[in-house]
Order: sequence, then C-alpha cells, then structure tokens
Amino acid sequence: MTMKILVPVKRVLDYNIKPRVAADGNGVDTQGAKMSMNPFDEIALEEAVRLREKGSASEVVAVSIGPQAAQDVLRTAMAMGADRAILVKTDQLLEPLAVAKILKIIIEREQPGLISMGKQAIDDDMNATGQMLAAMLSWPQATFASKVTVADNCAEVIREIDGGTEVISVPLPAVITADLRLNEPRYASLPNIMKARKKPLETIEADSLGVDLTPHLTILKVEEPSERKAGVIVKDIEELVSKLKTEAKVLP
Amino acid sequence: MTQSAPQEAPIEREEMEFDVVVVGGGPAGLSAAIRLRQLNPELSVCLLEKGSEIGAHIVSGAVIEPRSLAELFPDWQQRGAPLDTKVSEEKLLFLTEKRFFPIPAHHLLMPQMDNQGNYVISLGDLCRWLGEQAEALGVEIYPGFAGRHLHIENGRVCGIVTGDMGVARDGTQKPEFTPGMILRGKQVILAEGARGSLSEHAIRHFNLRSHCDPQTYGLGIKEIWEIPKERHHPGFIQHSFGWPLDDQTYGGAFLYHFGENLVSYGFVTGLDYRNPWLSPFEEMQRTKLHPAFSHHFKGGRRISYGARALSEGGFQSLPQLSFPGGVLTGDSAGFLNMPKIKGTHTAMKSGMLAAEAILEALQCERNEAVSYLARVKTSWLWPELYEARNIRPAFARWGNKAGALYSGIDSFIFRGKAPWTLHYSHSDNETLLPAAQCKAPSYPKADGTLTFDRTSSVFLSNLSHEEDQPVHLRVQSQTLWEEVNARRFASPESRYCPAGVYDGERDADGNWSLTINSQNCVHCKSCDIKDPLQNIRWVPPEGGSGPNYSSGM
Amino acid sequence: MTALVLIETEGGQLRQAARSAVTAARSFGDVDALVIGEGAEAASHLEGVRKVLHVTNLNHALAEPVAALLAQLASQYSHILAAASATGKNILPRLAGLLDVQPISDVIAIRDDATFVRPIYAGNALATVQSRDAIRILTVRGSSFDPAKDGNTAAPIETITAPDDSKNVRFIRVELSQSDRPELEAARIVISGGKGLKDAANFDRLLAPIADKLGAAIGASRAAVDAGFAPNEMQVGQTGKVVAPDLYIAAGLSGAIQHLAGMKDSRVIVAINLDPEAPIFKVADYGIIGDLFEVLPALEKAL
Repeated sequence: MTMKILVPVKRVLDYNIKPRVAADGNGVDTQGAKMSMNPFDEIALEEAVRLREKGSASEVVAVSIGPQAAQDVLRTAMAMGADRAILVKTDQLLEPLAVAKILKIIIEREQPGLISMGKQAIDDDMNATGQMLAAMLSWPQATFASKVTVADNCAEVIREIDGGTEVISVPLPAVITADLRLNEPRYASLPNIMKARKKPLETIEADSLGVDLTPHLTILKVEEPSERKAGVIVKDIEELVSKLKTEAKVLP
Repeated sequence: MTQSAPQEAPIEREEMEFDVVVVGGGPAGLSAAIRLRQLNPELSVCLLEKGSEIGAHIVSGAVIEPRSLAELFPDWQQRGAPLDTKVSEEKLLFLTEKRFFPIPAHHLLMPQMDNQGNYVISLGDLCRWLGEQAEALGVEIYPGFAGRHLHIENGRVCGIVTGDMGVARDGTQKPEFTPGMILRGKQVILAEGARGSLSEHAIRHFNLRSHCDPQTYGLGIKEIWEIPKERHHPGFIQHSFGWPLDDQTYGGAFLYHFGENLVSYGFVTGLDYRNPWLSPFEEMQRTKLHPAFSHHFKGGRRISYGARALSEGGFQSLPQLSFPGGVLTGDSAGFLNMPKIKGTHTAMKSGMLAAEAILEALQCERNEAVSYLARVKTSWLWPELYEARNIRPAFARWGNKAGALYSGIDSFIFRGKAPWTLHYSHSDNETLLPAAQCKAPSYPKADGTLTFDRTSSVFLSNLSHEEDQPVHLRVQSQTLWEEVNARRFASPESRYCPAGVYDGERDADGNWSLTINSQNCVHCKSCDIKDPLQNIRWVPPEGGSGPNYSSGM
Repeated sequence: MTALVLIETEGGQLRQAARSAVTAARSFGDVDALVIGEGAEAASHLEGVRKVLHVTNLNHALAEPVAALLAQLASQYSHILAAASATGKNILPRLAGLLDVQPISDVIAIRDDATFVRPIYAGNALATVQSRDAIRILTVRGSSFDPAKDGNTAAPIETITAPDDSKNVRFIRVELSQSDRPELEAARIVISGGKGLKDAANFDRLLAPIADKLGAAIGASRAAVDAGFAPNEMQVGQTGKVVAPDLYIAAGLSGAIQHLAGMKDSRVIVAINLDPEAPIFKVADYGIIGDLFEVLPALEKAL
C-alpha cells in the first residue's frame, strides 16, 4: 500500500517536570525547563510506524509547529521511526484552531491517507486539534482510539468512551486521535537517534502559509489551584455515604 | 579479548565509531568536546549524557571564575554566555548557634576567596549554553544515554557500552527492550563528575590511584528560591562555617542572589564526617533558620532542589590522569579547588588540556594521551591547586577552628608555598564512629515554609525513573549491611542520602530491614562514597532517569 | 442570549454530566436542549430548558452528522455547550472547526458571557480565558456545576432532522464495561490501599468488593507496593500513576507527600485510617478514624 501517514507532534513541557505558574501570572514557567514530545503524540507516532511496519502504509511524516527548538522533537520522531519531518516555524504561541489551519495546508500539500495524532497536548489539555482539523478537511474522525485496524481503505477503530468502548469504521482519509491504551511507544534507541540525524527535515516559515494565526482567546490570568483544605471527620459509614450522595454528589 | 559486561549474557550490539567519545555533559566534557572540534573540525566527537538533556543532572553553587570560559571562547560575552550576575557584595560568616561573626577582610587573609570579577550563575544553564556551542561546532550530543561499561580490548579502553533500555526489575527483557550500543572511540574522555562509575572502573582497572592520597568528597545539597524583587540583591554572596556542624565536621552554607529574583542556597558537608547520626540534609535545612540566613527567604518560594557529591581532595588526591585509550577530567579526576569553593573553571581547563593532549596522541597514533599531565603541570591549573593543597587536609586533621587558623597562616604567610604537604589518611568510608559512641543531633521538625522534609524536597527535583527496571543501587551483601551498617552504625545511609532512597528500619524484635526507594535517587553518589564497607554500589540506571533540574540550578 | 446544550443520554435517561451542562448554560440566558435518539421526554422536564430539539434520524451521536447539525443551528445561539465527556469532546471541537471558533474545553467556572476558567497542565494551573468568538463553544466539567433538577413543567419538544452528512462513518457496536474495573487514570472512582491492610490477601479481600460495587479502580500506596500487597502498576503517587477521579478513597495509607502528589487533584477525597494524626486527613474532605477491618466491610454493605 502506498499510503502516507502524517503525524503532528507538539513540543511540550516534559511530563516529569512539575509545572510552576510564572510569577507574573501570565502562564506556566517553561524557560530553561526540559521540553519533550507530547506523550499522546508519541503514541500516535508509534501507531503510525507500526502500520507502516505491517505494510498498511508506506511513509510516516512527522510535522511540528513551533520554535526552532521543536526540531528536537522531530528528530526524536524520526528516531522512533518517522521517515521525514516538517517543521512549521513560528515563535508565536498558537491555539489549536490556528494549528489545525496550518496542518490543513500541510495536508493539502502532502496528501496523506491518514492523520494519526495525540488526543490532546499535556500543556493546554484542550483536546480539540484533531477534531477541528477533521472538520476543516471535511474528513471523518475517530477520536480517543485504543485500537486501530486498517483494511480495505477503511480504519476500524476502538474508541475509549465514558464507561467502555465503542467500535466504529471510518473510510480513509481520516483523522485518528490516540488515547493512552493504544500502544506502548518504543524507545528512541541510540543507533536510531544517530541515523535520524541524516533523515530529511524541512523547515517552512508559518508566516509564509497565509494563515490567519490571530488568537481567538485572550489569557487573562494563570494561577495555581488553591491548596486543599482538611474536611470533616464523620462518625460512621452511614454519615459518610449520605454525605457522598447528597453533599459531594459523587455517589448516585 | 572483550572484557565489557562480563556478568551479562552476550547481546548483539550495534557499533558506531568515533575519533573521540566523551562521557558526561558537564563543564569538563563539553569544554573538551568543544576544544577538540575547535582544533580539528575533522574529528568525529560524540558526547553522551545520562541526564535527559544537557544540564538535567547539573548541580553547583555556583560562583564561577570566567577564566577558562574566556580561554575557550574569547568572545563569550558577544556569544551570550549566561553569565549575567557579577558578584557585588561578599560576606564570610562564622556562625554560633544564635549569632554570626563576619570575618573581616577575609579575601586578604585567604586570597582564594576573593570573588572580584566572578559571576553567580546557574551551572546547568551554562552547560546548556556550552551544549549549544558544541553542537554548532559539530559535536554529536546524545542526552538520555548512560555509559554503562568501559569497552576494553587488548589492555586499552577503546570505547564504551551504553546501558540497555527496557530491562524489567527482575532482569528479564521487556517487549520494548533495546540493547545498549558500543561506541568506539580512539580515545575516551571520562567527564562524569565526582565518583563517576566508568571513571572509578578505569581507576581500578589501570590502578590510577597507586601514587596519590585517597579522594575525599563533600555532599552539596542545594535549593533555588524565588524571592520578592524588592528583597533581591543581585550579586550578593555569603558563605558560612561553624554552627551547625561541630568542630570535627567540615562544611558550611552558601547563599547567592542571582538572575531574576533567584536565590541559590546550599550546604556542603564533608563526607569524612564521623558521627553516623549526622544528616547533611537536616543540617542544610536548619541552617536556613539561623538569623544570618533566614531573612533572605522571606516572602519567597522554593522552586528547586538537588544534591551532588563533589571531590574535595584537590592536589594530593589527583590520580594518574591518562590511561591507555582515555583520560580523566574535571571532578572525575578531582580538579575542584576546595578552598576557593570552585570547580567549574578547573574542570573546563582540564577538559581543554585533555583535548589538546588527545589531539597530539591521535596525530602520533599513540595509545595514551601522555602529554595531558605535562600540559596540566605547565598551565595555571597546577600552581593553583598546589597552593591550595594544605587547606582542606588541615581541616580534616585539626578540626575547623584550628584548620581555619592554619589556612590563614598557609595562605597569608606562606602564600601556599609552605615547604610541606599535608596528607589525607583515610577514605571517607573509613571515618564513621560506632553509633553507640555518638550523640544524635536533634533536628527541628520541618515547618513547611522555610524548612522541609526530604520527600517534598525531592518532589522539586522533577525525578523521572522508569519503575520497572533493576535497582541501580546494589547492596552486594545484605548480611554485611545488617552486621555493619545497621548494628554498628544504625543505618547511616538513611540519614546521609539527601533523597530518602534508603530506609533502614528496626522492628520491635531488633531485626533490621532496608528498603531502597531507588526511584528517588538524584544521582549524588554519596552512598557509593560513604558506605562503610563499600557494600553499596551505584550504577547508572536506564538512561534519562534521575532528576530533571530546571533552569536556575 | 440563548444557549444550546447537547444532551447526553444513556438508555433514555439523562446523564448526570448533561444536567450539569444545563446548569452551566443557564448562566447565559435561555437554554435549548438537543437530544439525539432517546431521552427527549426526560430532557423536556429539566428546569430551565425552553425547548427540546429532538433529532429522530440518528441513533448514535457520531461526530460528523451531529457537528453538521449543530453548525446549521449555530446562528441562533450565543453559546453551545456539552459536558466535558468523551461525547462532548468528540463533537464540539468538530463543530468549532466548522465554524472557525476556538472551543474551550473543561470549563470549571464561568466568570461572564465570554470569560471562563479551565484547568491546564493536568490541573497544575488554572487559566482564565476570554473568548473573542461570536459563538462560544464550551465543554464543561460536570463536577464543577450542580446537576439541573427536574422542574414542574415540560418544555415543548420539536423534532428536527440531522443532515445526511455521516462521511460514511459506520457505527459498529458499543461495549460498556460491567465488571471489568476501569483503568486507574480513567476511573471516576478510585479506592487505594496502604500498609494498613497488613497483607496482600486483605488488600484484595477488603478492597475488591467495594471497587466492584462502585465501578472503581484499585490503587495502592508505594509502601503497599513495596510490601508486595499490590503490583507496581497499581501505585498511585509521584512516581506511580497520577489520578484525579471524582472520588478517591484512601484506606489505611498515611498520605506521604509522594502519594498526595498522585491524587491531590481528586475532586472528593475520603480517608480511612486508625491514626488520627495521619497526614492524609489534612487533604481529605471526609475522614473516618477507625479500624479498616471493620470500616471497609461496613462501607461495602452500605453501598
């Protein structure tokens, strides 16, 4: 099969780093902190690479939109198995809406048969880019995937839904967003990291794409959540269960 | 004959060849790599770093002397090296429990403590910057991979083997198992910092310590605070000695204002301490309560925590610097200048000199970079360390007050040229007295504002550690631990470990048990150094494990 | 201003989270409810609902046709909301993509018509954002808004038809887990045990029946894992799994900082411990001081 899979990957604050609200209250301090590939994107990439290894696809292209330093996550993506990478360079912090618009242009150029992407980024936790992208492309979507099978120009996807799973079949081309259980991503091994240095990485200036990147949201304030306070000691189980039902409303 | 990884079943490993392989992305390794490419852009130079990125495992004060940086990059200022805070005001204090006494004109008495022209920096940030410079010069940098074994063939080091990834706690291979690879190098530069595991292997294998004193170490524990702008005095630095340590224990606190409203506070405890009840962590915490320090933290918040052992021995403890196929640099060799409380400029210089010696060896197709020692001897590095040589051993020998008096005489009268050299008689693991003979200090409970416990501290080290991997802190004999560590010394590792890795417990029947929380390890190496019978062995865990120190450290 | 709420139902019943979304929507003005398939009748009784739009030609809330339908209706509304559930998060961002709107997910507080608070960085920070879009598309967290009650009157039900815009997506089947315990990180309820359970047999014997009754996942403290009571993948904490369920029950664990780091963002925390000084009580909303071996069986019975 000669299908191309495109995998958008985001550079985010490494998941091991405890986010710290910046002293000026404008955001989370990421200066000098370790940045890595969004873990959900790693899963999406792994899935794409596995599909290629199974023969369901012929090429995996990783795309990142961000500053020059985002090329590090693209190198990682290529070490994990992507064949080539595209960096859409911008120093502006973009909203999912703008990201989807840029991806749409890249996709029109690359003509992939499948977009495999993380269901959300662990920084803004918006969980929107894949769905918006599918809408803009007028493609079907299969979000929160925990299993993907590609056959006969269709993807059968098991989706994580509240309280269970759902199986749907989407015709390709489509957008699939990866959930946690989809797979266990491989390590970027040292030999593969070395080889990835020689794989092609193309850089495109975001400004050259003619996309309106103006934010639709203004961040007024970022603050730390209030510390938990000690609650009450209840006398027995009856009181506990009744409070959980009526006061906390966590039990039906 | 291949001698690497003798205890493990043969695994097929990929190989890659370089002219030079550098182990460790600290100031020494990066300076060496940069120097190599500056002198010969044709050389292939590969640098490995076990931290997840350059800087992730770097902890230092740090006040640095820009001398070596200026030699490496005369235009470092134009290049934007992160040296932004010049030392503006300096204090040296002697502490008693309630009071403090400034030592007047200490820089006249002890010229090595003069910090005119020096900078307060984050060494992690400097290393990140050096890493960028190195990459721009064509050094291949691979963070997230630990050097696990020396690759020794025909009596010489000819590369290193990286650690395997994806090994389960019980030693079996997980589905994502990825074998480590052999990185061949005509020369290997060991720049792992104090007590590097490959460096120690090389020292043992080639018997590099036969003609020097034992190395002696300190444990530095550090916090970064962010304080209100109006209380921040950029460039203010303060060192203290005396309380809370007794006269027999070497060490003291440091506090530097730098950067954007940041304060670097830390405490160094000589690991030749004797009282097994002592907790370097608690000493560090309680010193913040002292009036000489407490007001600096007012209205601030603690944002980072880390710890690392440092080599304090200096001149007398320097091992042989080169061996067939490689060299020791920086703190792996022990180039830190303790009386100056600085090791960055010496580490960088040693790396640069090693690079020059290696280049010569490669050109002459020699096995060993023998000119390294000669280059050190004819540079400023040698006299600097020579003149400081008697100070640290004087403290070890006569205690802090007499040691300080001696230091003044040695520095002020003899200017470091005294016709004698004091020696270290013991390794740090030999100095503990039985617990029964010592009194346990009473440490105050953490208040959660100024002082903290170990778990909440380690939380700020941003640890990453794959849980399902073999324990990288290996207690060779449980019986020995129980007989000696537990029964004789009351489990000192439970106290000296700054990350709460070790938890030795005695039950009601008097039986001891040891829990090892290896996932808490911040890679300081104190256990490898201080364990009385050298029964605890620190080996690198899976690459990328350990702390992720952020900007500022 | 009028808001439209996409109502989620299950077996003809309204999901709790949908009721919360209605409450959130009422802060903007009138509320219309959109129901796919069964449940229109139930929705018509919701307090504050002006009218129910009942989609009769769809049985499953697939994103493609539902988003297309919402896009057709959008011009009549100032706000379009859904619960921040798998369904809401599947559909509303797609709608936003159709309308060139930046959606706002996981809203936990509404400051005004255009200003909302939402957690970012897994709840480590809260962002207050202001939308410049003419139509605001929000998914809201059920735990942050009281569920709307049934009122005394019934709103009119209007039948509408979704456009035939399925993009050939086929729904195959749904599998709701009955007995299988949910994943720790995804579970709505987590019950965790500590060293207080004394051994592995007790750990399972006392926690499993409660977990089964509640559909909860089982977690463990590091000490319990180290003592061999539970496998490592069950560890909740700084170096284990980080969870933020609606309800977290901590049984016989003291609450070491490293454990708290893994569960402190839970909405409601219940602590059961014999030691009244245990730090877990400092973060618990409800605490019971008592012997696990009596309290846990009693809890199981009371559920």
